Amino acid sequence: MKHWKLWSLIIFGLLIVACSKDTGNETVPPPNISFDRGAMLVNWADNIIVPSYTSFKTEAESLNTAATIFANDPTETNLHSLRASWAASYISFQKVSMFEIGKAEEVRYRNRLNVYPSNTQKIQNFIATGTYDLALPSTIDAQGFPAIDYLINGLAGTDSEIVSFYSTNSNAQAYKTYLNTLTGTILLLTTTVLDDWNASFRDVFVANTSSSATGSVDKLTNAYIFYFEKSLRAGKVGIPAGVFSQQPLPQNVEALYKKDFSKQLLLTAVKASQDFFNGKYFNNNTTGESFSTYLDFLNSIKNGEDLSSLINAQFNAAEAQANELNNNFALQIETDNTKMLGTYDELQRNVILLKVDMLQALSINVDYVDADGD
Amino acid sequence: MASFISAYLNKTTEAAPLAVFRVFFGLMMFLSIVRFWSNGWIDKLYIQPKLFFSYYGFEWVQPLGVSTYLLFFICGIAAIFVALGYRYKIAIIFFFLSFTYIELMDKTTYLNHYYFVSCISFLMIFLPANAYFSMDAYRDKSKAYQEIPRWTVDSIKLLIGLVYFYAGLAKLNSDWLFEAMPLKIWLPAQYDLPFLGSFMQQQWLHYAFSWGGAAYDLAIPFLLLYKPTRWAAFGLLVFFHIMTRILFPIGMFPYVMIVSALIFFDAGFHNKILKALSTLLRIKGLKTDIGAWNKTYRYKTNLPLVIVGIFFAFQLLFPWRYLGYRNELFWTEEGYRFSWRVMLMEKAGYAQFRIVDKKKGTSFLVDNTDFLSRFQEKQMSTQPDFILQYAQFLGNHFTAQGHQNVAVYVESYVALNGRLSQPYIDPKVNLLQQTDSFEHKNWILEFKDEIKGF
Repeated sequence: MKHWKLWSLIIFGLLIVACSKDTGNETVPPPNISFDRGAMLVNWADNIIVPSYTSFKTEAESLNTAATIFANDPTETNLHSLRASWAASYISFQKVSMFEIGKAEEVRYRNRLNVYPSNTQKIQNFIATGTYDLALPSTIDAQGFPAIDYLINGLAGTDSEIVSFYSTNSNAQAYKTYLNTLTGTILLLTTTVLDDWNASFRDVFVANTSSSATGSVDKLTNAYIFYFEKSLRAGKVGIPAGVFSQQPLPQNVEALYKKDFSKQLLLTAVKASQDFFNGKYFNNNTTGESFSTYLDFLNSIKNGEDLSSLINAQFNAAEAQANELNNNFALQIETDNTKMLGTYDELQRNVILLKVDMLQALSINVDYVDADGD
Repeated sequence: MASFISAYLNKTTEAAPLAVFRVFFGLMMFLSIVRFWSNGWIDKLYIQPKLFFSYYGFEWVQPLGVSTYLLFFICGIAAIFVALGYRYKIAIIFFFLSFTYIELMDKTTYLNHYYFVSCISFLMIFLPANAYFSMDAYRDKSKAYQEIPRWTVDSIKLLIGLVYFYAGLAKLNSDWLFEAMPLKIWLPAQYDLPFLGSFMQQQWLHYAFSWGGAAYDLAIPFLLLYKPTRWAAFGLLVFFHIMTRILFPIGMFPYVMIVSALIFFDAGFHNKILKALSTLLRIKGLKTDIGAWNKTYRYKTNLPLVIVGIFFAFQLLFPWRYLGYRNELFWTEEGYRFSWRVMLMEKAGYAQFRIVDKKKGTSFLVDNTDFLSRFQEKQMSTQPDFILQYAQFLGNHFTAQGHQNVAVYVESYVALNGRLSQPYIDPKVNLLQQTDSFEHKNWILEFKDEIKGF
């Protein structure tokens, strides 16, 4: 009778040994039964995020140069080339806006570059007094692309009148300074973010394969979905269409003063989101590991619905609906808001697929708290 | 039968196991409070949020602002006093009340293990856990006893056994056993574990863990009770809880369960633990024992026994209340909580609220992040009672803002255990006209699938 303790220990020990031996023999699992998140992070960083920022930085440099040229020589020709640079860089920005993690999160990158509508009174006040600190959270509606939009498209009705603000206006120098500060700030912030990726963040990002709320997959997934829900769906479409207010707010469209540009920005953003979902290389049709391949792999385990196809189909539906819209969203809202609401609905359907179905499939943590499953 | 019961109730046992349990439980609770505090969760969970989700009938339990820290402080001090056995009765009552109050402040943070702690500490109010190896016994020799009624130690074993067994029963459903859900979702996410990572993506492991987990929960109480298997069972228990600690964010729970399970061992084992503790803490020659020698603790009245009896009747029956509801338990969650349903499902949801002016017909949507933390939003969007409470909060909020004829509707989707998301709440129902109750909520839409089993 005295031996029961010994025996149970021996049996338990054998059990452990047997188990570990079992698992130990199977050294390399067959390739198709494992998904490499590390490879997905590498694809995201090296083939999408860093190239997108690099390209955008080039555009931001051109914008800054064009603004300097215009300031030195305020002519209508230079205004036109400044506008072209602004438009090209604004388009390019749509491809990096969703990656708000690391340095970008730290400097509140999206808020510094693209909060609209601009507060024109605040801008005029800053120009008049010459005292402002664009790093303050209270100034986000007086800077970035929307503020430049106001300065190059919205100061007056005709181009010659706009140019006069920078040439004959009594405070012309202050206008020039503010414009240059805005383009310079965009360039500076972008350089800061890109340099951080190149210096160390890329390696940190790729190495942090942890599946906690602080892991790279979880963080970027949360950032991506937050962007799609808040900035793309709500910001570009829902808020101006009046979904979140009692009346439509056409003055809240993106690129309000450029007028015929909001649709192109939206389509670019939708395309960029879908490309990221599919792991498509920047400016190249090659694809790598992505949400899409990850979902396909997970689905091979649980044999559920083909989520990646559903999400891609919904991206296409949203794009098709957005294509029906007028180039000028403010005009679209004032003439036929139902199409705008229709676009919102299609985007909303994808929010549900991304935020509910994809997040569940990927088992992403929204926050660090104890939880024992619902 | 009656004589058998009275014979059992008169049986006594050594006080050491209960004393050891008291010491470790108090310490674990103190550490839990410290951990909670140092993680910044008091501020994040109980001070920052703009609203708190109350349990039905406990709407009066609200966080106390900055004084919430004081509440945690009291709870932590009470835990230490319990461990020391210093003014034990008052300490354990304070602990039970403060801990339960904390638990009731916001059901967003509902965890089965918090409920377990409340249950254990309630039970301990009626047990002579300070009869031995305690400050109380040391200070007043007349309060020291070597023997206590056997049922007091057994009641802790019964509660622990019940928790495991009911948790095991709850796993006997088609999703858990035949789909290996939700482990099929959770385990592949653990890809970064050293060595184990690649196995986490393999189906056989998901099924092995599902079946193994269910078998473990159902069998472990009996393996612990039966002496020949006790040591093996304890080894298995340690292995099981360490695994859950590695795989899931369940905080202190595994450690609490591991030390709690020590109660199943014989008094001899506990006396060794106490001896080791005495050496460690340099308590000379177990001074606390002197007054206890050969004395047996007897209850003055039967009241504690009656209360404990009622408590266990409640514990046995309450988890079955879900049988009173017709609809799928996992979908409606009617009768889900306080039933030892642990790690049973993965639910994700999305709830978009619409505030309507009934007269004008105008409406607008609510941005949930204006009112809820991310954690609250996640919990709210998958549980009907949260949705209702939040809708009523929104109704009051916007009415107070000057909106008139307010109605609140929700468009919501929930995905359960890997199924594609489905509409959850009837979008045509004005939630302001609904009230919470224990009755079935008929504005929850039908679950388009079936989960068989408990």
